[in-house]
Amino acid sequence: GRACLSHTEPRVRDGRSGEEEEEEEEEGCYQPYPGHIPTSPLQKALLATGSAFMALCDPYRHDMVAVLGETTGCLALPNLRDKMKHHPEGYRILQERPRIRLSTLDIARLRGLPDGSLGREYVRFLEDNKVSPDTRMPPKFVDDEELAYVIQRYREVHDLMHTLLGMPTNMLGEVVVKWFEAVQTGLPMCVLGAVFGPVRLSARKLQVLATELVPWAIRSGRNASCVLNVYYEQRWEQPVESLRKEIGIFPPP
Amino acid sequence: AAAGLCPWRALLVRRGGALRLLCGSVRGLAAGPETHFGFQTVTEAERREKIYQVFESVAKKYDVMNDSMTLGIHRVWKDILVHKMNPSPGTVLLDVAGGTGDIAFRFINYVRSVRERQLQQKLKRHQNLSWQEISESYREDKFKSLGDSQVVVCDINKEMLKVGKQKAQHLGYSEGLSWVLGNAEELPFDDDKFDVYTIAFGIRNVTRIDLALEEAYRVLKPGGRFLCLEFSHVSNPLLSRLYDLYSFQVIPVLGEVIAGDWKSYQYLVESIRRFPPQEELKAMIEDAGFLKVDYQNLNLGIVAIHSGFKL
Repeated sequence: GRACLSHTEPRVRDGRSGEEEEEEEEEGCYQPYPGHIPTSPLQKALLATGSAFMALCDPYRHDMVAVLGETTGCLALPNLRDKMKHHPEGYRILQERPRIRLSTLDIARLRGLPDGSLGREYVRFLEDNKVSPDTRMPPKFVDDEELAYVIQRYREVHDLMHTLLGMPTNMLGEVVVKWFEAVQTGLPMCVLGAVFGPVRLSARKLQVLATELVPWAIRSGRNASCVLNVYYEQRWEQPVESLRKEIGIFPPP
Repeated sequence: AAAGLCPWRALLVRRGGALRLLCGSVRGLAAGPETHFGFQTVTEAERREKIYQVFESVAKKYDVMNDSMTLGIHRVWKDILVHKMNPSPGTVLLDVAGGTGDIAFRFINYVRSVRERQLQQKLKRHQNLSWQEISESYREDKFKSLGDSQVVVCDINKEMLKVGKQKAQHLGYSEGLSWVLGNAEELPFDDDKFDVYTIAFGIRNVTRIDLALEEAYRVLKPGGRFLCLEFSHVSNPLLSRLYDLYSFQVIPVLGEVIAGDWKSYQYLVESIRRFPPQEELKAMIEDAGFLKVDYQNLNLGIVAIHSGFKL
């Protein structure tokens, strides 16, 4: 994490530029969570613009998508956190703070579960698409540590969204998941990704997207209860179909 | 050792090196002399390690970031440095902290063009030579397009040298150029070896500037010139405020967006503020034994070129 000052600077910069240092007390280091980088409102605005632009230019810059989410989530994240607080399962998640990581998952056990169960299908998804839950960026620019957990949870649950929606990790699949997430979370980053993501798709794919997939994703997103309120780690044995019904996701086309 | 003295502080461990939080001026004796890393206080050993890591991390995007941060103006600064140097064919240059080769390549280009002009003038004068004699002189000069000039690029960081070598290959520089891994505080060269010593945007990252200046003095030939291009201090109050605003608000954001590395660029802007101003650096250069020490401000002091001679 970022170390703090142990003594004040003799030549302190002006208020504007000294904001980062002023936020830290001299006596101790108050860092809301490891990895947090304090930013002024101007910096957040610059980061949001820069990361949006960069993410569009180079879709492989996943870190830019992450930064965009963090710097623009100031309304959506508290909203999500409140939804979680007012739901018994969501509340438990906020208390217990589970993390989805290879070190915490028993992949062998999940693979051994029956076909069609959440655990089995999740592992199948990870293996088919050659992805790992450990590649999610930790938050840096969210100033409240509870909201930082919320966005972290949202990132770690993203692969489970793919599993529940039955979408692969190609551009088309990602866009569909983004539409679903945009409706569900209201995060501006999801909305931007949903709207600008299709720019790089072929005409044929765009047609399928527009006529079948997006309407289904929107309908499911609106019908479903908040996906962050599901304690996935306690439901590996549950069949995907049953979980879909419970949440309110319509069967994929 | 410091942790025992400040038990209420948490120890943050990162990449094997321990980042210690200090309680005022109380520190363990075994920790070594204090210095700064940006606005943090660290030991000299920690500072060297952290700076090495910064440049290891930024090496691949170094040139792109320089262009973005300075809007390409760093190229002009480096051109001015080489013009001020005004090397002639036969000059042997040591470019310290030369990493990605910017000064070295400019030096080679400059010497080549000087050489070409020399050859043209020589040919003009020899109007009465036979074709045999002219073609002989062509052959002899062709293999000396740099005319015995050489540049040695020395850097402490392997990654930066790697990027420099790749660039040289890509741009077609090979003659008269060599790359050496070395520390400015303890150069791997004999005394009295070089005509010119340059250090461009590198001396700020040296932990013991006094040692680097002494080494510079040692390896220069008598009559040799020391040239240092570095960020310096802006005295104009309006420009200073704008510069601070830009440095602290925009540069780390550029670092994050372009290179995915906020912290290295935060270090960069802090290290600029920590670096001695023009007059202080001039005094340090004089302390090392250099004479006729002077400096030239570029862009109202955002950058300064310091020059001194070993006489």
